[in-house]
Amino acid sequence: MPLNEKNKKAETLSSEKTDCEENGKFVPVIVAFCCNWCSYAGADLAGSSRLTYPSNVKIIRVPCSCRVNPTFILRAFGRGADGVILAGCHPGDCHYSTGNYYTRRRMTLLFSMLSYMGIEKERMKLQWISAAEGVKFAETMNEFSKSVEKLGPCKKLGDLRCK
Amino acid sequence: MQIGDMLSDRIKELLTSGKADRVFAWETGELVFDRSPRVFSKGLKGFVYDDFCIQNLCKYMIEETKKDGKILVLLKPCDTRGLELLKKENRIKRDKIYALGVPCGGMADGEKIKKLGIKGILSVRDGGDVFVIETAEGEKTVDKSDVTADKCLSCQSKEHIDCDELFMPEKSKDTAVIDRFVQVEEIEKMTEDERFSFWRSQLSKCIRCNACRNVCPACSCEKCIFDNDNSGMASKANADDFEESLYHIIRSFHVCGRCVDCGECSRVCPQNIPLHLINRKYIKDISMLYGSEDKPALLTFDKNDPEPDFLSGRGI
Repeated sequence: MPLNEKNKKAETLSSEKTDCEENGKFVPVIVAFCCNWCSYAGADLAGSSRLTYPSNVKIIRVPCSCRVNPTFILRAFGRGADGVILAGCHPGDCHYSTGNYYTRRRMTLLFSMLSYMGIEKERMKLQWISAAEGVKFAETMNEFSKSVEKLGPCKKLGDLRCK
Repeated sequence: MQIGDMLSDRIKELLTSGKADRVFAWETGELVFDRSPRVFSKGLKGFVYDDFCIQNLCKYMIEETKKDGKILVLLKPCDTRGLELLKKENRIKRDKIYALGVPCGGMADGEKIKKLGIKGILSVRDGGDVFVIETAEGEKTVDKSDVTADKCLSCQSKEHIDCDELFMPEKSKDTAVIDRFVQVEEIEKMTEDERFSFWRSQLSKCIRCNACRNVCPACSCEKCIFDNDNSGMASKANADDFEESLYHIIRSFHVCGRCVDCGECSRVCPQNIPLHLINRKYIKDISMLYGSEDKPALLTFDKNDPEPDFLSGRGI
């Protein structure tokens, strides 16, 4: 596709992105990568316990928090996420023994780099949520969604063509 | 006798004694201050070693050790760190290499000479602490310290790590004048928006030539995500500068913990993007958070590692 056509397409697409506003109030898009064994079950528990967490949290189930490649997080931002949260088993409780220890290092360095590049560090978070912590899941998502809402839409890493 | 001549005599001795059957070194390039890496398989015609031989030759060893015979390679102190990394990662066959360590007094940057306003350069002669430059307008002298390449100004060490032989008729001169983390700290002190506009202005210059990846001793995968058209991030015309940020974040993350800080990425960048500052941020974080370990930081862990909030809590 020629570049000018691509830009035109990107423009029409970005102008279509109005569903992030409800009654004139900004509602952030939040992508939550949840580990299959703990946090996803935690989300399940939050649901079955009838706890409320924001509907704008889009959960992506991953086999282990360690499955999340830094590209996933950047891609999520690129495609219009305003905040990305990664949830996994507590250190020591990983289904695969040590996966989340690697995640912790990886995310510490990646978040530090994104902050170094000027992206607000409140837009990314790593949280340990076990299968029994439905309340913690709901609380974390509520808090995170609120803090991202305060920052407004993420324009810094957005890819125009993806919106 | 210049060091280049002494070195070429020693190389000839090594070749006749059968230590190696070809040599990987530098030859004079198109410009007088330009050097190109090349293989010398028959004689040393055109061989040169002087203050302009800045290229790190260790990465060429990946392809060279796939060939028959033994190759002699000249390595400066910082180049040996790259060779050690390649050996650790089994990218090269170390027994097919005869590594000859050469002294380094800090390499000169030809662009810096041009920036001093010296035009019509016909030849450059080494005059101890100065370069004697013959130009169309007559002879001029330039202090070597004024034209030292940026990467040498924050040189880490003049010690060779992994060499079969050291060729040291003279001691390597120390050229480190700036701590390598000073610039990183300056960027850290900026506000978020300042940091963002700094990096956007730098990274949006990127033309995605992939030179930084190709020259990097740590970037030696045979298959690369940036060559895969289906990955959605392969080299192509960009609609906006997100792709460059993404490319540089992913590329630096891939070498995170393995980067030997040779500074080649910034040197080869045709757009002069300070790419080493991205890598150095990782090096700084890793040394602060995890200290020095035997393994690359991302391939190991400690049960008491700090959480990601640790850094943001300290305002970094």
